[in-house]
Amino acid sequence: MKALPILVRLLRDPGLVPSLDLAEWDLLLRQSTSANLSPALLALIEAHGLLDTVPAQPRAHLEWVRALATRHRQAVRFEVECIQAALARVEGLGPLLLLKGAAYAMAGLRAGAGRLFGDIDIMVPASRLDEVESALMLHGWASTQVDAYDQRYYRQWMHELPPMQHVRRQSSIDVHHAILPQTAPLHPDPDLLRAAAVPVDGAPGLATLAPADMVLHSAVHLFFDGEFDKGLRDLLDLHRLFQEFGARPGFWEALPGRARTLELERPLFYALRYSRRLLGTAVPDTVLDALAPAGPNPGLLALMDALFERALLPMHASCEDALTGIARFALYVRGNWLRMPPPMLARHLFHKAFLSPRREDKPV
Amino acid sequence: MLTVASLSRRQLETRLAGPGLAVQTGAFVSRIRSPIRQVADGIALLYGNYPLHGEDGFADFHVGLQPAPGLRRWYKPQVNFDLDGQQPFEPLPEAHAFPMLEWGLNWCISTRAHAYLMIHAAVVERGGLAAILPAPPGSGKSTLCAALVNRGWRLLSDELALFRPEDGLLVPVPRPVSLKNRSIDVIRGYVADAVFSNPVSNTTKGTVAHLKAPADSVARAHETARPAWIVFPKYEAGAATSLTPIARARAFFRVADNAFNYSHMGARGFATLAGAIEGCASYDFRYSDLDEAMAVFAALEPPI
Repeated sequence: MKALPILVRLLRDPGLVPSLDLAEWDLLLRQSTSANLSPALLALIEAHGLLDTVPAQPRAHLEWVRALATRHRQAVRFEVECIQAALARVEGLGPLLLLKGAAYAMAGLRAGAGRLFGDIDIMVPASRLDEVESALMLHGWASTQVDAYDQRYYRQWMHELPPMQHVRRQSSIDVHHAILPQTAPLHPDPDLLRAAAVPVDGAPGLATLAPADMVLHSAVHLFFDGEFDKGLRDLLDLHRLFQEFGARPGFWEALPGRARTLELERPLFYALRYSRRLLGTAVPDTVLDALAPAGPNPGLLALMDALFERALLPMHASCEDALTGIARFALYVRGNWLRMPPPMLARHLFHKAFLSPRREDKPV
Repeated sequence: MLTVASLSRRQLETRLAGPGLAVQTGAFVSRIRSPIRQVADGIALLYGNYPLHGEDGFADFHVGLQPAPGLRRWYKPQVNFDLDGQQPFEPLPEAHAFPMLEWGLNWCISTRAHAYLMIHAAVVERGGLAAILPAPPGSGKSTLCAALVNRGWRLLSDELALFRPEDGLLVPVPRPVSLKNRSIDVIRGYVADAVFSNPVSNTTKGTVAHLKAPADSVARAHETARPAWIVFPKYEAGAATSLTPIARARAFFRVADNAFNYSHMGARGFATLAGAIEGCASYDFRYSDLDEAMAVFAALEPPI
């Protein structure tokens, strides 16, 4: 592996902060802006008590992003309250199950510190989707996909409703009923995920996935998707989840078995591999040994290393080489391949290319 | 400190085309890269007395104005504004490169520098007290600002009022003043030795030219000012000059309407703006004659 970008080195070892000169700060902040990680960098520096060692110019930038991060945290809390209020009348729905960024933030996990995200993701049973959608519509959320084909694409094939946006606040919500598309080759059972969900301390009515499931969802989200523009942020999620949950008794022991039950061993294998290789995550050997058979054959693994270790770096000119573009494209194709069987994918891409009306913000 | 004028034209072009020219404007250092002649022309003409930074130090913004790729470059060349790999705008004709740099630099500040409450307004200062001129385009804000800074007022900014929440003071970003259409000739006639960039016609704002900032304003770019007056200017052909006080609550909302990041700043933004409104006298100002306008501003009393 080549020398790691300065942002990745800092995320591995925040203790390097006091040794940076101004030119290094310049590059570090540019990379962290490109990766949407500046507030996370600030949170990391503060968690290590190193903010006072930062020179004035980069310190000013960190204060700029502090304002954004503070506002973002408030907005997320407010949105979650609004969603709770909207769904309060849906009988027997149980606690509101949050996924990804909103879950990390509301549960006060380290992975949520300084993490910026656009949508609130929630999960409900497939059988309750209609009621949930109606309740959200009554409270001002409307589907952003007006095209009939896109509506069918989501409702028939995907693991979520078409994204909804609040008509006044412009905030977005993704309502999931599973964590992978119905057309994908793996089928992690949503009933198992919901049954193991845990309440959020100090926030009545809210729940998150159990620690192992949260990690597995994060892993499948990153390593079964085709877009890596937020790849390093998502890998940092995994790193911070591994660090925080790994210190809890029983987490590592249970993780490989849970991955097997949910058919998510391959994504967990990749998550552990690249979190360790890029961010230096400490993982017990027993876990690595247990997951080793879940990896691809050595030839394929070498290829995946070459692809992921390019695509997971910040989207910044200083982190790219001649093969970065090809790597991102290859993973984009792979992500779509994993999303649905090839004939279905061909039909879908044909429709998007030739039949769908031209629009600015197309999904997929 | 070295200034941009210490570089020969060839050195300036070499930096712009190569590692970038790092220029300080107020609190910000921008590293500018561009091989386009119009960019070098505008910088050489209007930025000579701005501090120059080294080739490998820290910059707040890394901006580029690069020729747009594609066949078009051979018959209808275009330029892209680029903030470290991000291209927030559609490309413009190459002749618009210098105004695009100015708009782009404003955009960099207004979308990033959230340590300040940022209002879309011109700011001028006299005796340590600042007049803030918030206004939508077309109100004659820049014309008034250009006239004031050539009649004894100091330029803090033509576009961006930066309120520092810690102490409520205004932080300068003195840069060239953007003038449009007839204002260009008005100011040419009003300011004896006005230095203008080449007027660029057919932009989205009509014909645009940039007026060089007074040397004294650039030299005092680190001196903050206390907000004292909020004046909403409105140019109306033939109108009699009139200065009408506005109630504080109304002034508050009108200034907030012109803010770039009021909602981003949350409670801090509210407190900062409330403090500013509290300490300021606020007015609606109609004018058609610049000399009369100057007299009104000269007679502004410090608020109690």
